Amino acid sequence: MVLVLALGDLHIPHRAPDLPAKFKSMLVPGKIQHVICTGNLCIKEVHEYLKTVCPDLHITRGEYDEDSRYPDTKTLTIGQFKLGVCHGHQVIPWGDLDSLAMLQRQLDVDILVTGHTHQFTAYKHEAGVVINPGSATGAFSSITYDVNPSFVLMDIDGLRVVVYVYELIDGEVKVDKIDFKKTTTPTNLPH
Amino acid sequence: MMISDGVAEDEEKWLSAGIAGLQQNAFHMHRALDSNNLKDALKYSAQMLSELRTSRLSPHKYYELYMRAFDELRKLEIFFKEETSRGCSIVELYELVQHAGNILPRLYLLCTVGSVYIKSKEAPAKDVLKDLVEMCRGIQHPLRGLFLRSYLSQVSRDKLPDIGSEYEGDADTVMDAVEFVLQNFTEMNKLWVRMQHQGPAREKDKRGKERGELRDLVGKNLHVLSQIEGVDLEMYKETVLPRVLEQVVNCKDELAQYYLMDCIIQVFPDEYHLQTLETLLSACPQLQSSVDVETVLSRLMERLSNYAASGSEVLPEFFQVEAFAKLNNAIGKVIEAQEDMPIAGVVTLYASLLTFTLQVHPDRLDYIDQILGACVKKLSGREKLNDSKATKQIVALLSAPLEKYKDIDTALNLSNYPRIMECLNDGTHKEMANVIVQNIMKNKTCISTAEKVDALFELIKGLIRDLDGDTHDELDEDFIEEQNSVARLIQILHSDDPEEMLKVIQTVRKHILTGGRKRLPYTVPPLIFSSLKLVRRLEKQEENVSDDEASTTPKKIFQLVTQTIEALTSIPVPELALGLYLQCAEAANDCDLEPVAYEFFTQAYILYEEEITDSKTQVTSIHLIIGTLQRMHVFGVENRDALTHKATGYSAKLLKKPDQCRAVYACSHLFWLDDHDNIRDGERVLLCLKRALRIANAVQQMANATRGSSGSALLFIEILNKYLYFYEKGVSQITVESIQDLIKLIRNEMQGDASPSDPAADAFLASTLRYIQFQKDKGGAVGDKYMLITD
Repeated sequence: MVLVLALGDLHIPHRAPDLPAKFKSMLVPGKIQHVICTGNLCIKEVHEYLKTVCPDLHITRGEYDEDSRYPDTKTLTIGQFKLGVCHGHQVIPWGDLDSLAMLQRQLDVDILVTGHTHQFTAYKHEAGVVINPGSATGAFSSITYDVNPSFVLMDIDGLRVVVYVYELIDGEVKVDKIDFKKTTTPTNLPH
Repeated sequence: MMISDGVAEDEEKWLSAGIAGLQQNAFHMHRALDSNNLKDALKYSAQMLSELRTSRLSPHKYYELYMRAFDELRKLEIFFKEETSRGCSIVELYELVQHAGNILPRLYLLCTVGSVYIKSKEAPAKDVLKDLVEMCRGIQHPLRGLFLRSYLSQVSRDKLPDIGSEYEGDADTVMDAVEFVLQNFTEMNKLWVRMQHQGPAREKDKRGKERGELRDLVGKNLHVLSQIEGVDLEMYKETVLPRVLEQVVNCKDELAQYYLMDCIIQVFPDEYHLQTLETLLSACPQLQSSVDVETVLSRLMERLSNYAASGSEVLPEFFQVEAFAKLNNAIGKVIEAQEDMPIAGVVTLYASLLTFTLQVHPDRLDYIDQILGACVKKLSGREKLNDSKATKQIVALLSAPLEKYKDIDTALNLSNYPRIMECLNDGTHKEMANVIVQNIMKNKTCISTAEKVDALFELIKGLIRDLDGDTHDELDEDFIEEQNSVARLIQILHSDDPEEMLKVIQTVRKHILTGGRKRLPYTVPPLIFSSLKLVRRLEKQEENVSDDEASTTPKKIFQLVTQTIEALTSIPVPELALGLYLQCAEAANDCDLEPVAYEFFTQAYILYEEEITDSKTQVTSIHLIIGTLQRMHVFGVENRDALTHKATGYSAKLLKKPDQCRAVYACSHLFWLDDHDNIRDGERVLLCLKRALRIANAVQQMANATRGSSGSALLFIEILNKYLYFYEKGVSQITVESIQDLIKLIRNEMQGDASPSDPAADAFLASTLRYIQFQKDKGGAVGDKYMLITD
């Protein structure tokens, strides 16, 4: 059982003062093995805070990030799963599932984590799963109205991943979960 | 160390000699005690005590000698007691010991017998005590006298005629006990003070240190007084305190005054202090000017604060004795009397008074303001404070109300609060401003009117703009952190009323525009987003769009926003400004304000053309432009065409060909919107994709030319995926043949001899083909479409 935290689009301090207190109290150091951040933190202090939650931190660049050295995309392998990360402002049309699926095929990953729309989504399609953890602070977005703060926790166990989404709605934290099973490696295709 | 090593060595020698002498005589004394030989016991005990006549030892060493003598005298006392039970008259014994040759041993023995005498109750305790305390006058040498009287105090401790003690009687009252202790105290203090004037002037410091070692001997008397049961409030008020204070004031000795005032405060109960506040305080201005009366008063106020905190039943007492008024007056008098008091001292006093007031009268903001006002008076007219001790105290002073009330509102209502801030030097002002901002963030205080925001930003102006003499030009970490906290602060300003919220935004804008180039990149974005949030709120509200000049409309806000982003041009931060313009364009789009949205795009394009020259930044900017434009539905055909044409133009002119290729095929999405019937131009979609293909070809040719091998087929595969995307959407211009041709092309590229192995491209192609198969297997309309693709 490997816990992976996925979050992003915090936009601190341009659009939000801080992570919600209820989220902060849940993100206890030492409980999570990996952290994936889609980008738009935007400042160093947030980077440092995330590092205290878990030192294995993977960040991709959002268009407002102070640190321009974050990569545009990142891939990593956790257990049986290949994960890909990209902020998403590079994939046009923004939030379009088919275009994101193309990116997923290009990166050749089972799980693609992207952001930018500040809207939580978890889609399963041919190439795998696309997850958008939304905005961890509920930051303003020109794309999405009524953004609730949200983040995602993935529990990777063998060929199965359970995606828990935590959303702060009217001051209360609501949890939902989605199950995905990876099919065994596909048979060889005609070339 | 004032004592040179030589002297220290000598002292050790003398002490050892003294101890040796003492022990030897003690030995003989014991022998005499064992054989009930009173005469010899007296002889040897007197000799033993003679060791205490030395002048050669420092207090510390003398104490060692004294303790040994003390232990021996205990045994002697027991012997005396036994003697009296054997028939010896105590009165005679009392006489007998006075025959000792030297006065010091004589008096020690007398006190020892006196102890037994009192116990025997053959005479009233008070008589014996009086006799002893007066006889001790015979020793005027400070060190020896202090220890002797200390001995007297120790042996008499449990024999005072206190209420309920066995020694109380008709002739003996508590009054007598008090009288005895007071007298002993007075004499001891006189001896102690006299020490200061003994010896050469150059050894003044050494004497001060030695006196310090002895202070507890004097202070013990006050302890004893506080332990006497019969000393109730009445007696404390009428007798004890006045007498003690009299001695304290009259001795005119700095060391004694400071120690004893503090002792009084620590030793006697807080209720007593409250009830004798005036008396206690009136002594303060009478003390020597060199006494640190600020600390004394501060400790008093601290005690009283803690007392007030112990429970609310206690508070009425404070009101009844008008504690605040008295303390306030006293402080004023002290400050007046001590003109040279350093500013740190003044502030410490007021800080302590403030803490006290916050504890006792938290609701009396007028008191708090009064205290701050007194501070202002003292601080104004001088140069800005640079004394680090004083500034620490001032920060404590100003932080206290924030901590207590957890609400910046209250601080903003104190008229003198900003005035004190004015007196601070720039560094301290910023420090305090940070404290204020942190306090607001921590308590999530809601600041909801423009007026309050104005007052607040004025208060923290050190963070908002350069104060006079601020030559800080580097953007160091502290500065950035500061500005980020101002940004966060801006985020939490909120009013439910849109009209008021707009005023808040305007007020913030007014302040941050004074911040200069350094600060605007940090403070403008949060303000813009705050404004866009307001626009959204208005959108959702019912359309009571009165074209009333005064009412808050999105249009008005957009005007404000435009003017604000303009401020960024002088810095310059074109990437940031471009992003902000595009965000605003989207917001205008949502409000159906076509001209406004077009204007925002125009500004963004101008920035792109004129200011954004770095290729990496150009790529990001293009993504934002295309992504935003793709979502616009408010534009009419002409406007849309103009903007789209420009966007595709920019894409084709990017420096690196792969970037060009990708931007161009991204533009294809500008011509086909799912939810917009008018915008479905398959022709132009195909044009874009074909152009992208040409660019991809050019990339391959360049690779061949420069490296001798063909480059990656990745771009082609990406374009293929786009073909499939539009094919699925039903763009008729995307034909099955074109897809199949493209697949063939890709295979050729990848299998050619000149091509190096490219796992990424292989994987991408594989997954793409897999996708095609997957779609075929779906069946239905989609399946049919895909079935047409044969590879």
